[in-house]
Amino acid sequence: MNELLSVILTIITASTPLLLAAIGELVVERSGVLNLGVEGMMAIGAVCGFGAALATGSPLIGVVAAIAAGAALSMLFGFMTLILVSNQVATGLALTLLGLGLAGLVGEGYVGQPGVKLGKIDLPVLTDIPFIGPIVFGEDILVYAALALMLAVAYVLFRTKMGLIIRAVGDSHQSAHALGYGVVPVRYACVVFGGGCAGLAGGYLSLAYTPQWIENMTAGRGWISLALVVFGSWLPWRVAIGAYLFGTVMILGFSLQAIGAGIPSQLLSSLPYIVTIVALVVISGNRALTRANTPACLGQPFVPDR
Amino acid sequence: MRLVLEKRAERSRRMTVLSPVIAIALTLITGAIVFTFMGLDPLEALYVYFLDPVKYFWTRNPDDFWSLEQLAVKAAPLALIGAGLSVSYLANVWNIGAEGQLTAGAVAGGAIPVFFPEWQSPLTLVAMLLMGAAGGMAWSAIPAFLKNRFNASEILTSLMLVYVVQLILDWLVRGPWRDPAGHNFPQTVPFTGWQTLPVFGDSTIHLGVLFAVVAAIALAFLMGSTLKGFEIRVLGTAPRAGRFAGFSREGAVWFCFLLSGGLAGLAGIGEVMNTVGQLQPSISPGYGFTAIIVAFLGRLNPVGALVAAVVLAISYLGGEAAQVTLGVSDKIARVFQGILLFYILACDTLILYRVKLLSRATVELRA
Repeated sequence: MNELLSVILTIITASTPLLLAAIGELVVERSGVLNLGVEGMMAIGAVCGFGAALATGSPLIGVVAAIAAGAALSMLFGFMTLILVSNQVATGLALTLLGLGLAGLVGEGYVGQPGVKLGKIDLPVLTDIPFIGPIVFGEDILVYAALALMLAVAYVLFRTKMGLIIRAVGDSHQSAHALGYGVVPVRYACVVFGGGCAGLAGGYLSLAYTPQWIENMTAGRGWISLALVVFGSWLPWRVAIGAYLFGTVMILGFSLQAIGAGIPSQLLSSLPYIVTIVALVVISGNRALTRANTPACLGQPFVPDR
Repeated sequence: MRLVLEKRAERSRRMTVLSPVIAIALTLITGAIVFTFMGLDPLEALYVYFLDPVKYFWTRNPDDFWSLEQLAVKAAPLALIGAGLSVSYLANVWNIGAEGQLTAGAVAGGAIPVFFPEWQSPLTLVAMLLMGAAGGMAWSAIPAFLKNRFNASEILTSLMLVYVVQLILDWLVRGPWRDPAGHNFPQTVPFTGWQTLPVFGDSTIHLGVLFAVVAAIALAFLMGSTLKGFEIRVLGTAPRAGRFAGFSREGAVWFCFLLSGGLAGLAGIGEVMNTVGQLQPSISPGYGFTAIIVAFLGRLNPVGALVAAVVLAISYLGGEAAQVTLGVSDKIARVFQGILLFYILACDTLILYRVKLLSRATVELRA
């Protein structure tokens, strides 16, 4: 029972960064922009969050720094793709290369340093309930924040005028522009929101998941988050289910390794990547499912005529 | 003030050539600023970083010639991969997993000395190179197949496969392929004799450099003077027109992936047959990713990629020089490479648009 509990708890912490980054990217893509720089923004968020928490001793300041760092990097992406209308795929790749490079350089002095860990919530009585208590009432605050964010994004996108505008901009920027909506400002706001989410996801890795800085600690999670958006066919709740499924796959790999089932550890470590490919194949092969929700203007440049 | 883009009547040829030059200049200026903030003399730092690797051109000192050889050796894999990626990106086929195809090539070709350590003949060399290219092609065939059959994003699948093959290599060199006489180090038997690339004279310049030049010229010919090249250009810039002309999109995806994957595989086996000398967990300082920058800096032109590869090779060597001479981390190389790509993409806006800064009054007047 105790082993099961700890496995479930680690699954939740492993899934949270995926959920955070994927929900952010979902909003970006719903507005019609494809930002492939999630991995780079996560890395920058991780190193800045770690550094800020180390300098101040406060994990919450680390969280804020992680969000700010991811958002700052995404502003660069927004300027390039929305104002200068550069190729979104190439610029996203550039953002990943720059983000990983910068994070490696900035983080060099942090290697091997013990980090500041974001504590878990401890409610009297509730957290002490056996089994259920630690899972439902004993997580760190960002686990709840991620779920709240998912619900908020789902509500805003599908139940408010703001969400309607975002989806209109993503589905037909010409029509949205003709109706008088500012396509570029809306997209810019969404890009920065996505950047903040990616930064937060990175900060979660270096503050809560493994409170330390290791180069390349994002280990492709940014790319997996991008795949999750496709896997969830651009719907927040499906993305959340996907994130938890992927977190489960990652942790099952580790658990099997611990049991020592005689399977090479590298094979288990490669599971999340293989599962990502399989998931993409299954979802993308189903054209009816993807066509219904794919933002029609995804990745297309827009230059407002004057 | 407001920044406004005005579409040009046609692509500016002048800007196509000027854009990478401006981008390199801006990167140097940014570099000077970064070095100043690090408390270094910016001019000295820039000299060490960007000019030391090519100083033979004005010193004519034989000792300095060595760094030019180094440059050629570093540039070769970048040029090979960059040339293939250029063709791919022109067709709008986004293979970003070249690093994985490089690794797959190294594994496939490296299998020969692992299983036949005694086999020494010119055929060994040929077999290893062929296996290397085949390994890269096989690995790149996966995203191509998944794209054509299931419409799965080739960007994500090719990238995921990088992690997978790197883990396979890691498992091989720590497990079944480990050199029994290697004191438990995670590496295979060292490659010797015909299992390594021949070098020219007594230099360190190896056969791979020749491959890079040949590949660049051959692909430039393919793109400029053959129907296949025309087909790829049309499918990349005007997919609808390409469909009406009867060009096969699926065919182009296969062609681009197998071509760029094969070249990446060749670059990978070249690295382990010379610079590295055996299989080990890490065989490339990210050549497959840096080659993406090479492709864009080279204007998605195979010969351009050859020139761009030299520029990026300087950034690698400069990073090493800066670490030794200035005490700066060589990780700064990746930062400069990333900044360079940003500047290139920003400057490329000038090819299609005129950028104008309008004052608020002018904007209102026009409205």
